Parts: sequence; structure tokens; C-alpha cells
Amino acid sequence: MPAIFPKWTNQLPFLIAAGLVLAGGVVTAGVTYYFTPKYSRVGYQPIQPVPFSHAVHAGQLGIDCRYCHTTVEKSWFSNIPSASTCMNCHNQVLKDDARLALVRDSATNGVPIYWVQIHRLPDYAYFNHSVHVRRGISCVECHGRVDQMDEVRHAQPLTMAFCLDCHRDPAAFIRPESKVTDLGWQWSTNADVAAEMQTTNGVKFVHDWRVQSLDNCSACHR
Amino acid sequence: MRYFLLIFLTVVAVVFGIAGRRGHLSRKPPILIIPDLNHQFKLRPEQPNGFFANGLSSQLPPPGTIPRSQPMPTLNGPVYPYEDSPANTGRTTGTTNFVDTNPLPVTPALLRQGREQFEIYCTPCHGALGDGNGIMKKLGVMPAVANLHDKRIVEMTDGEIFNTVTHGKNLMGAYGPTVPVKERWAIIAYVRALQLSWLGSTNNLPPNLQAALK
Repeated sequence: MPAIFPKWTNQLPFLIAAGLVLAGGVVTAGVTYYFTPKYSRVGYQPIQPVPFSHAVHAGQLGIDCRYCHTTVEKSWFSNIPSASTCMNCHNQVLKDDARLALVRDSATNGVPIYWVQIHRLPDYAYFNHSVHVRRGISCVECHGRVDQMDEVRHAQPLTMAFCLDCHRDPAAFIRPESKVTDLGWQWSTNADVAAEMQTTNGVKFVHDWRVQSLDNCSACHR
Repeated sequence: MRYFLLIFLTVVAVVFGIAGRRGHLSRKPPILIIPDLNHQFKLRPEQPNGFFANGLSSQLPPPGTIPRSQPMPTLNGPVYPYEDSPANTGRTTGTTNFVDTNPLPVTPALLRQGREQFEIYCTPCHGALGDGNGIMKKLGVMPAVANLHDKRIVEMTDGEIFNTVTHGKNLMGAYGPTVPVKERWAIIAYVRALQLSWLGSTNNLPPNLQAALK
């Protein structure tokens, strides 16, 4: 009587197990790599209704972030400037440029410009801009080098782990209050010196400004 | 086995080819697996809102609205934002005459605040020194920028400068909507300090400081 199963089937359980391990491993790796804001959010760069360049305004001209985002030091929310702020300069600079048609329309007729929001935390997470920028946490920590971006893109993942990294060790990120909107600022051009100064000054700032290292749930989920 | 590996590698390659690497630029909004709690039905600033006829969630207050606020301490006692007071208007109450001097007590803290605000709002055009050589002038995109050290501006009353900052003048836009009242007076105090740095003489220094210079 011939064998019901040919000889190669002896290997079958091993091959199935190996296949499952391989497939499972790759799927796990894929989920870990893709199912996170590090993939889904970072790099989001929508087309805006007006081709406004932060690289020109904040980088080349050196206009302070707060010239336009006026509420950032006083409110939880950092505002998009109204068109009248643009017209402070653009009533004479590029005053007939086609790219600014929407801005002129908004300034004269009050028609809103539908800017596309890029950085948006989940509604269950509370974030207050003023308390961060008034205590030496720079714009650059969450928004990246906006002063070098022609079109703004989502630079950091803004995950809970991202927040907690800083909340558990604010001394590693805190900087002098006057340098908060100076995005390219560093303690020193020498990386070792900069790291050392960050540590010594960071600890001092955290102590002097009574910065709390909040990592309880209700600090953000309130 | 060979076919399994081939199909498997093809699938991995296709997924990676379509999904790409972390951080690649994308025009499309981020995908939310479970959007319910991320975007709640609540009023958020600067979002489109169908509730109002003009579609805005941040409405302009009706005319005559008085903001809920704290009084601002001035030399003549606390002043609320709705009061017809020199601190709010730059003019002597009941007249159109500009007040001569800053109604706020000029302290080192006010000057520091004034410097900070000046460097945010004024330097792009008037320059960090106030000499009218800001980046806009240097690039030649804004030919006429006032030099704050001009005799005309040095002799201007504080109230008139406040009026100019608040409502704008000629090509200069109004900064009333963006810079709060106290900050505007702080800026004016700092402008005066800038002017003194050019026009002041060592004879104006207190005697002990004069001695230190000799």
C-alpha cells in the first residue's frame, strides 16, 4: 500500500510555522512602522489657498513669529493672522500681485481665507501655547524649522510619547525666553559645549521659573 | 515554498512602494483610524461653522460690546478698556488734544516689555535702532519709512504717537487691532528711550553716573 502522504509533507508543519513566523513578523514590523503619526502625520504638506512662504517672511526678512501669531503668548491658541496684518506691508509691497488677490479681498470685504490646518492635536488633548512659549519652550520643538520652509509641513509626530519626552525632562529642551522665536538659535556652534550648557542652564531655568514636570493624565486630558 | 516567498516579497514590495517611507511629503490629510474622539463636535477657533450666516466660528463682537477685563493701572488710577481716558485714546478726556506724556508709570519692566514688543512689531520697517533702516528699507521694497529720531517725531507728544500706532498713518497700518493698549504705551516708552540714546547728553545723567564716566 502506497503512503497516503508523500514524503515531502513531513516538512509541511515546519514550513507552515516558518511561513507564519515570517508573515507575522513582517506584518508586525509594518504596523509598527506605518500605524503611527510618525508616518501618518509627519510630512503632511497641504496646498494652501495663498502661497505664503515662511522661509521668506520669517527666515529671509527675520520677522518675529509673534508679528502675525499675536495671541501665542496670551492664549492656548495660536492665531492665524487676519488679512489686515498682511496688508500692513502688502499695501505697498507686491500690492498688485495676483498671488495676493485672496488677501486683498479678505482685507477689504472680510471674506475669510480658508487656510488648511496642518498641526491639529486630537480634541481630547489639551495644549496651551502661552504656557509653553512663556516658559522657554521654542516654537521649533514642535513645529520644526518653519523659518526654512517655503510651504509648511508637519515636522514632528506630536504623539503622546513626543509630549512626554519633554514633560519628563524639560531641562533638556528649555531655552532663554528671549530666544523662543529664534528658531535657529543654539547655545553654541560646538555640539558638546551646547549640550553641556543646555544641561546646566536647563536645570537652572526649570528651577528658577518653577517649571513643573507634569506627566499625570489630567495635565493634558482634562 | 518558492511561490510563497515570491508572492510574499512582491506583496511587501508593493506595500512599501505605495506607502513609502516615514516623513515623505504628502498633500493628503492624515488618515485617522478612529476619528470619533479626535474631532469632537465642539466650537474651535478659526474653523468654518455653519451655525452663523457668514460661516465663521470666530464672530466679530456686536458694536458697543465691552470686553470682560481687568483695569489697567495708570498714573491716574485704574482704567477700564471702555473708559474715555487718555490711557485708551491718547487724548485728554473730552477734547481732541493729545496727551503730552505716557499715562503709564514708566518702569524698567515696562521698558523691557516695550523693547520686546518694539522688536516684534516695529523693527521690520523702522529698524532695531528706530532709524527707519529696517529690512524692508534695506531690500528697497518700502521706500518711505519714518526715522523715529526725526525732529518731527521727537517733538511729537506721546499721545500723538499712540494715535499713530493705534490707527496707522499714511502707509503705516493700524496696530491697534494686534497690539494691546498696555503694550502700545510700553513701545512708546521704549521709543523715547531710543531717542534719548541718540539725543541725550551726559549732562542729563545723575551726578554719580556722570562721575563714573570721567
